[in-house]
Amino acid sequence: MELKGAHILLKMLQEEGVDTVFGYPGGAVIDIYDALMEAGDINHILVRHEQGAIHAADGYARASGKVGVCLVTSGPGATNTVTGIASAYMDSIPVVIFTGQVPTALIGNDAFQEVDIVGITRPCTKHNYLVKDVRQLARTIKEAFHIARSGRPGPVLVDLPKDVINATAQFKVPGEVRLKSYNPTYKPNIKQLNKVVDLIQKAKKPVIFSGGGVSLSHGHHELTELARKAQIPVTSSLMGLGGFPGTDSLWLGMLGMHGTFRANMAVSECDLLISAGVRFDDRVTGKVDEFAPHAKIVQIDIDPTSIQKNIPVHVPVVGDCKISLSQLNSLLDKEDLSGVEDQRKSWLDQIEQWKETTPLAYKQGDVIKPQYVIETLYDLTKGDAIIATEVGQNQMWAAQYYHLKEPGHFITSGGLGAMGFGLPAAIGAQAGAPGVLVVDIAGDGSIQMNIQELATAVQYKLPVKVVILNNGFLGMVRQWQELFYERRYSSTKFVHTPDFVKLAEAYGATGLRASKPEEVSAVLAEGIKCEGPVIMDFIVEPEESVYPMVPAGAPIKKMLLV
Amino acid sequence: MTEKRHLLSILVDNEPGVLSRITGLFSGRGYNIESLSVAETVDPSISRITMVTKGSPMIIEQINKQLNKLINVIKVSDLTGTKYVQREMALIKVNARSEHRAEILRISDIFRGQVVDVGVEHFTVKVEGDTEKINAVLNLFKPFGIREIARTGGVALPRENK
Repeated sequence: MELKGAHILLKMLQEEGVDTVFGYPGGAVIDIYDALMEAGDINHILVRHEQGAIHAADGYARASGKVGVCLVTSGPGATNTVTGIASAYMDSIPVVIFTGQVPTALIGNDAFQEVDIVGITRPCTKHNYLVKDVRQLARTIKEAFHIARSGRPGPVLVDLPKDVINATAQFKVPGEVRLKSYNPTYKPNIKQLNKVVDLIQKAKKPVIFSGGGVSLSHGHHELTELARKAQIPVTSSLMGLGGFPGTDSLWLGMLGMHGTFRANMAVSECDLLISAGVRFDDRVTGKVDEFAPHAKIVQIDIDPTSIQKNIPVHVPVVGDCKISLSQLNSLLDKEDLSGVEDQRKSWLDQIEQWKETTPLAYKQGDVIKPQYVIETLYDLTKGDAIIATEVGQNQMWAAQYYHLKEPGHFITSGGLGAMGFGLPAAIGAQAGAPGVLVVDIAGDGSIQMNIQELATAVQYKLPVKVVILNNGFLGMVRQWQELFYERRYSSTKFVHTPDFVKLAEAYGATGLRASKPEEVSAVLAEGIKCEGPVIMDFIVEPEESVYPMVPAGAPIKKMLLV
Repeated sequence: MTEKRHLLSILVDNEPGVLSRITGLFSGRGYNIESLSVAETVDPSISRITMVTKGSPMIIEQINKQLNKLINVIKVSDLTGTKYVQREMALIKVNARSEHRAEILRISDIFRGQVVDVGVEHFTVKVEGDTEKINAVLNLFKPFGIREIARTGGVALPRENK
């Protein structure tokens, strides 16, 4: 069948099971948009800024478990996606980005809206392509989706020159992708797993440290089984939240710079640390030399580069987290674990004691505390909402006070920490999980970085709820200035902030506000009940800080507490 | 940890942009490239990159893994500590006034060098060998005044079992 490039692209999207595309048209992709008019089974969501498109595709991927797709034009359209691509890359999120490009004859001529996006995104994509021949198009798209979703997932960019889109070629669905140089290791080495079994049986004070890799591999059931079977308490990175039930008695809370006291203490004291799907980011380890100093460290990861990158590991296991944890469980089933409850008792008692003496805490007074807003949101939604966050204090309080039940329910720019992520990601998540309550927890700073996407939410009837913890500051930077720069608040106070209630109304959404603690619950309840998108503006304590806090570069045991 | 020199032989897809992916990986992560040489292999769809890099064992392990992670990298072999043959070539333009010409030719002969260009006041000598040999020639030529040098990076292949 002879088809135009634009139609080959759409055929391949259908072939890959894509039903939603987030994008923004322009000269270089006008022919793709023309073809989209007839592609009834692909729902195109027109964003208001290309950064919104890539974050939405990312949020969609996390909430649905499918590959997110984003389509933008050449030049500025392409460069506007770079922040979102870098964020997806850091968090290993499968997205495929299609960018328009000037015709091949003009490439390199500094043509209008030309940019070398393949060059620009080389270090922040898992892989990228410039398609120079329409006959390669179908195969390239097939490879792009394969690479994005397999192994350690990540963003893949496909650059499409305008003449390639308009040229025709014989179309046949390409066969299975076989790349001689790409073959991720899913199955772990059984010898290594046997060492882990041995260590688990000998350990007196073990801890499991789970990360984004557990969620990405859907290994949460296997993780929970392991923890309960061997009575091992679980902590996680920011990206790992939701991989283990946040209400389980073995749950320690998050680890690291703003981790709980008991999680940081447990890791500092443990004799065995079983990590799965984590990369030991500096926000988690603090001072590397004093991280888990008494522990034998096991690291399970599908990406060999994650292993031993930041900290020395005793037992490396290269493999998919779900498969590895499941095999580990089977091996443990052959062992006698009857004494494990007694064996762990003093360790679990110690942890319980840390929890009692030093819990997460704040004092609710006359002014609304941001933590109180999130706790109330948790109570009202019983932990069933999908939570997207912006970046900064709002993100940390969300991580601390919203107890998650399952993966794909905490959508946050963890590695890159890109402000402006939350609202478009929430919109994408809502498109990927219709009928589920999606809440974006925001600050008054980061919400203004992509506020224009409220128009997208209204247009497509994606009823996301935005909770703004409005403190009039860029709170996390202010907190650092308070603690480490003698309260010299350089450029962190917003002298002018828009009226978010009016702004919501101007966009055709609903705006609500709470200024007193007694209004919080009613405003949240009303906001959740409202049919369409809602902004809830909570006027909170301006100088509240996130605690515990480990100063950058200090050991995680050295926490500043409330 | 001590830094050590490593000789890597990397097979890659012979495609535009692949070298840039590799050098970008090195610059982006702060690794060192001491020398680099690239050319097609017997299979024209594959190129061989021979690279000398330097780092602690942990860094070298990362370099190895990060290279393998690139989709276009087919195979990475660290030849350091294995049996291999390595060659490098240098063109050396050395001052050669009449009183030194015989001496320069003698040194060149000792190292099986070859004069590839002659002028009234210079020779250009071609020398091949491993890195140490070329460094030795350069040292001996230095007193005469070296005008210019062009060195290829090293190329290497593992030795076969005999």
